[in-house]
Amino acid sequence: MTWLSNSGDLIWGHFVNHVWLALVPTVLGFLIALPIGWICHRAPAVRGVVLSIASVLYTIPSIAFILLLPAIIGTGFLDAANVVIALTVFAVAIMARFATDGFASVSTATLDAARASGFGKVGLALRVELPLAGPVLLAGLRVVSVSSVSLVSVGALAGVSNLGRLFTEGFQTENNVEILTGIVLVVALALTLDALLVLGGRLILPWAEGARSARVGAA
Amino acid sequence: MSVVSETWDWLTDPAQWEGPAGIPHRTLQHLEYTGLTLVIAAVIAIPLGLYIGHTGRFRGLAVASTGALRALPTLGVLTLVSLHSGIDLTAALVALVLLAIPSLLAGAYAGLESVDPATVDAARAVGMTHWQVLWRVEVPLALPLLIGGFRTATLQVIATATIAAFVPGPGGLGVYLLTGLAVGDFTRIVGGSVVVIVLALVVDLLFAAAQRLSTRRRVSTPERV
Repeated sequence: MTWLSNSGDLIWGHFVNHVWLALVPTVLGFLIALPIGWICHRAPAVRGVVLSIASVLYTIPSIAFILLLPAIIGTGFLDAANVVIALTVFAVAIMARFATDGFASVSTATLDAARASGFGKVGLALRVELPLAGPVLLAGLRVVSVSSVSLVSVGALAGVSNLGRLFTEGFQTENNVEILTGIVLVVALALTLDALLVLGGRLILPWAEGARSARVGAA
Repeated sequence: MSVVSETWDWLTDPAQWEGPAGIPHRTLQHLEYTGLTLVIAAVIAIPLGLYIGHTGRFRGLAVASTGALRALPTLGVLTLVSLHSGIDLTAALVALVLLAIPSLLAGAYAGLESVDPATVDAARAVGMTHWQVLWRVEVPLALPLLIGGFRTATLQVIATATIAAFVPGPGGLGVYLLTGLAVGDFTRIVGGSVVVIVLALVVDLLFAAAQRLSTRRRVSTPERV
């Protein structure tokens, strides 16, 4: 327990880094996957190619990806950028599928009605399709955020500062409290981000929850 | 590209293909604890998932607990258990089983939920018992999603098993990555990564074939929209 009271600064530093290393790939992955999903939904040929590339990318072990990046793009060997780039690629791989499904979930009748009432191409995509794909996009974002928070800790094996360092250092010094602190903080961070996403979803997509309970009520 | 040619030399070096530190032995180790993990996780998760999917009970609890399990960092569980278990497979198995359970559980209950309630009602109406409905109607129709859950879990375990080499005992293909990192041997890291990625791709292809077979069998039942 003395470790815990003496290590506040160390834990806080790792925690802050962990938050950034998880958040940046989640947000970037979401933004990159949106146009990819939109195109995939419209072009079945592209869809097949993109989704198979995504599933192949997803089979790459995260630690292998993080360690291989310096050879591929010439970043420094222990650079935090390796973690950010690897996790962004994983985020895009997961999110592209959800984005494709999300845009596919918008009914064609709704799109026809929107076109008939004078929406242009861009207005249609941004003000009709994007919000209606919202619930599926949110589901994808929740998967990506949880997996990113958990994967960041693997970066500690490559020497990058984050909560995962509490696992590697705690293991080397046989410190149970240090490892347990890391586990609790990682889980708490993942669940907090998830709760924020659910809450944000309710505020931005108020109709989604109502539609779901109405459907369940009718069944 | 020197990385490519050095990796090729590493992979084709005969010394790499024999003995306890060779690629075949390490691949077998990797597959051994991947397989063991999946068996243990399936014994826990599949009956639970089938029960939840069949009865509809505890669904909220299952969703919440799989969410929390997914948030659990594998490296943390691995190191914590390893401090207490010593030099064997225990730590790797505990960490990887906890990783595999959410996908298997979700595949099982989502699979049963995907079965049309009208089909289940019809099966009851012709006099099937609960067990018959489950084994002859629900499980066969849920098979594609059940296999999908196994596919996700297997790939996650094969990929994540590489970090099990951080603790003494399990061995496996992750040893190339972590010892390569420790001694600064980049070729070994790249070579080891290539082997893991190829292994994951081969296993994924096998699952894709199995999933296709299981959906093809479904076509014999009338298509419903």
